[in-house]
Formats: sequence, structure tokens, C-alpha cells
Amino acid sequence: MIRPGEIAVVGAAESTKIGAVPGMSQIMLHADAALNAMEETGLKPSDIDGVACVGPMMPQQIAHYLGITPKWVDGTGVGGCSFMLHVRHAAAAIHAGYAKTILITHGESGKSRINATPRPPEPESLNGQFEVPYGPFGPPTLFPIPVLRYMKERGVSHEDLAMVAVVQREWAGKNPRAMFRDPITVDDVLNSRMIAYPFRILQCCLVTDGGGALILTSADRAKDFPTKPVYILGTGESVETNMVSQMKDFTSSSAFRVAGPTAIEAAGIDRSAVDHMMIYDAFAHLPLYGLEDLGFCKPGEAAGFIREGNTRPGGKLPLNTNGGGLSYTHTGMYGMFALQESIRQMRGTAPAQVPNAKISVCHGVGGMFSASGTVVFSNEKP
Amino acid sequence: MLAPGRPKPKPTPETQHFWDGCKQGKLLLQRCGDTGRAYFPPRPFSPYTGTRNVEVFEASGRAKLHSYVIHHRPVPGFTPPYAIAVVELEEGPRLMTNIVDCEQTPEALQLDMPMEVAFTPLDEEVTLPLFRPAKESK
Repeated sequence: MIRPGEIAVVGAAESTKIGAVPGMSQIMLHADAALNAMEETGLKPSDIDGVACVGPMMPQQIAHYLGITPKWVDGTGVGGCSFMLHVRHAAAAIHAGYAKTILITHGESGKSRINATPRPPEPESLNGQFEVPYGPFGPPTLFPIPVLRYMKERGVSHEDLAMVAVVQREWAGKNPRAMFRDPITVDDVLNSRMIAYPFRILQCCLVTDGGGALILTSADRAKDFPTKPVYILGTGESVETNMVSQMKDFTSSSAFRVAGPTAIEAAGIDRSAVDHMMIYDAFAHLPLYGLEDLGFCKPGEAAGFIREGNTRPGGKLPLNTNGGGLSYTHTGMYGMFALQESIRQMRGTAPAQVPNAKISVCHGVGGMFSASGTVVFSNEKP
Repeated sequence: MLAPGRPKPKPTPETQHFWDGCKQGKLLLQRCGDTGRAYFPPRPFSPYTGTRNVEVFEASGRAKLHSYVIHHRPVPGFTPPYAIAVVELEEGPRLMTNIVDCEQTPEALQLDMPMEVAFTPLDEEVTLPLFRPAKESK
């Protein structure tokens, strides 16, 4: 097994611009972020020997575009948390000696749709036969399908689910790169435009353009880089089903319950040692599921935990400190941006820096609870 | 007949019996030969034990409303607001569906309310298993 701290992130950068970037195609958003990450590490494409990015036929496109000849590739595409899985797979590959310096990239023209990935519904697929005919139209109609059941079982109110967006906007207010920064109230959320009951527009993620890149290497080599290394203490991954209607338990994600605890156990840490947390928030219910399924709150207690201010600035578990997918940015696959914020917090360079943060848990979800990946980071080598 | 424009499912060899059943007004599920448990979506083996010893049987069509969203934006083939629902069948499996003969409001759509299947033709070839609130007497 990999020991906690054996692998480090030495490069981490987002695309130069995020939000509305009509001047870049999707592949260039990958490249722009990759060039920024290589620049801060002093690396050239010829120094990279491993490449990971999302989707079929994509590693070869990115490798060729950037001029990289990889000895290891990973095209794992399980939705927006794919990058957490790339980190896990890359760490294993470096540990195994398959590659020394691995680049993970993301780029998505989610808003401007320049060279964007089409999402064709295949009428012969199981989704195409058993979900699509009933009128779901994208994540806002599918991701919240379990919410009413969760609210009933857990005694969670509409106000509680509005509060998630309110707290994250507080964080976004501290972040000049966040798309939405003006404070909002619970009433603002509950009076915003209805999208798919019970969720209104302020409880749904943004749709933006952007990219991000990470460079990983062994902790021994990390010492030679100009950047402050951020160590990987533990990782976890799982999948459940890509049909939300077939999710076993509508109040809890099986993929979360495998990925999160696997990462925390591998890290060998106690949950009370966690200083900072990211939980991929495509929609307002996800932080509640994440806090409960990862064991930071007992079932039914996450809504109260957020309502009482534990996750807001100055709270004991600062959560989604960039403003999250609800207020910072959301290209379609936001996981890369959650990872970037964890790295910034560990480097001490976040716009809303958590003082003395030493351990960060970054938890991702892929497409409608279908997949999950978790990474535990630290700025101290155990 | 449903409004035109709704996406049409295309059966595969493993699901053909389910769609044929809908057309005949039967909700066909499958049962694991090892455990006796029903499952969905259709496949010629049990997701519980991996056995190929499975049988097709006709479900009662009775269900409870498990969860839903009410979509408020236009989608081809649908008139908003409309509920996209998941019902839990009496036999255990859940499936996504739409609710008919009922207001599409949070007040009318109460979780756990009894439902029953309402087979509704999409066109000449495909019939969808939609659901409606169950009649009092059953």
C-alpha cells in the first residue's frame, strides 16, 4: 500500500480565466490550465510522463496537443469527480513506478459550448429506455430526484436546503474569482425562480467555462520543485449506478459511503483533525449527504450542522471555501475546482484562507450520485 | 396517446419482454431464482447472486410514490410543470415514471401515497408504464 504522504501535488492551477471564456475552445481550456501548472513548477511538456483527463479518446488528444509522450494514461470518466479518481490512480502509478510526473487536466466550455462534449441520449441505453422517456432534462431534473425522500426521512426543511446556498455565498463574497459574490438570504433563495421543485435556481450550480490542472510526483522529488508540496494522505473511490432512480437508498449514497471512509482510513486521521473540507455541490443537497455519508455528522444532523454556522467563515469545519459550484464556478465537471481549492488552502494561498489549516478533505460526486472520489490532503508530511 | 416529441425508448434483446408486456397491459418484472427477490431494470441474470436462473413474472402494478421533482421548464414532448417521479413497486423494485390523473403540485403529490400503473401508448410501437393515484377500493 501507498503510505500517507508518499505522493505530492507539486503543480496546481486553473485556467487563466474562468466563468465566461468565449475566447477559448474546450481543448484550449485544458491546455491553458496545464501550461499554468507547468509554469509554476518549471516543467516542460517533455518532463511529463503520465497524462490523465476525462473521457474516451481524450488522453491522446491532450497528450498530442501539449506535446507529451506519456508512459501512463488514464481516461477515467465517471462524471465530475473523475479528477479525484485520477489523483488516486496517478498516485498508485507513481508508487508502482509506471510514471514519475503525472499531469491531470480538465477543460470544459460548459457555458460558451465551443467544441464542447455532446451528451447524446442513447435510446437503447438503460437510461434511454427507463429514465429519458419520462422527461428528465439534464442534471437539474435528475440530481434532486432523491431530495424529497431525504427531507421526509431526515426531517429537513426547505429553509435548511436554502441555507446551504446562503453560507456558500458568504464564502464566495471573499473570493474575487467567484462568479456570484453578493450576499443572499434564505428568503432570496426561496423566492428565486423555480427550476425543478423542490429546487430553485439559487440551489442549482452555475454553468461556466474553465479548466484546471494538477501535477503529481513522489514526495522525494517534490522537494526539488519551487512550489510548496501538498501531500496526499489517502484516497478513495466507488461507483453505484448511473440511473438515479435505481440508487439503493435515496437518503444516502453508497458511492460516498465507500469512497469517503476509504480515504479517511487510508490517511490514518481522525475526523476531528480535519481543518477544511470540500464537498462537490452541484446542488444544495449534496453537502448534507456528504457530511453524513463521510461520518462528519450523524444521519439527520447535517442540516442543523450547517444551520448553526459550523461550515461558514469562522466555523469549526469550513466547507466549500471558494463558494462552491453554487457560487464560484461549475463547468459541468466541477471536481477539478474543488481539488484546486483544497490545494490552495494547503498552500496557504486561498482568497478565503482558513488560518493554520493542515488537513483538507476533498470529496467529489459524479453524475447524479453515480460515482464518488475522495482525497485527503495535508501540507505536512506524516 | 402521449404528446409528440417525447424521447422514445428502444428495446434491446434483454429488455424486449418488458416493452412487449407494457404493450399488452402487463408490468413484467424478473425474479432471482436463488433469492426469490424481484429486480429492475431487466437483465437475464440476477444482480443479487449472478445466477442466470431467473424468471419473468407479472407484477401487481401497485406502488407507492417514493420521490419526485416537478420540472418547471419546457422540454420537447412535455408541458411544464410536470412531475418526474420514482415509484416503489409492491414487489420491491423502483422505477422512474410520470404521474397521470393528478395535479402536478406538491400538495397533490404526497410521498408514500398509493399508486397504480396506467399503461399509456407513446405511439403504435411503444407503451409506457405511467402511474396514477390508486383508486380507493382495492
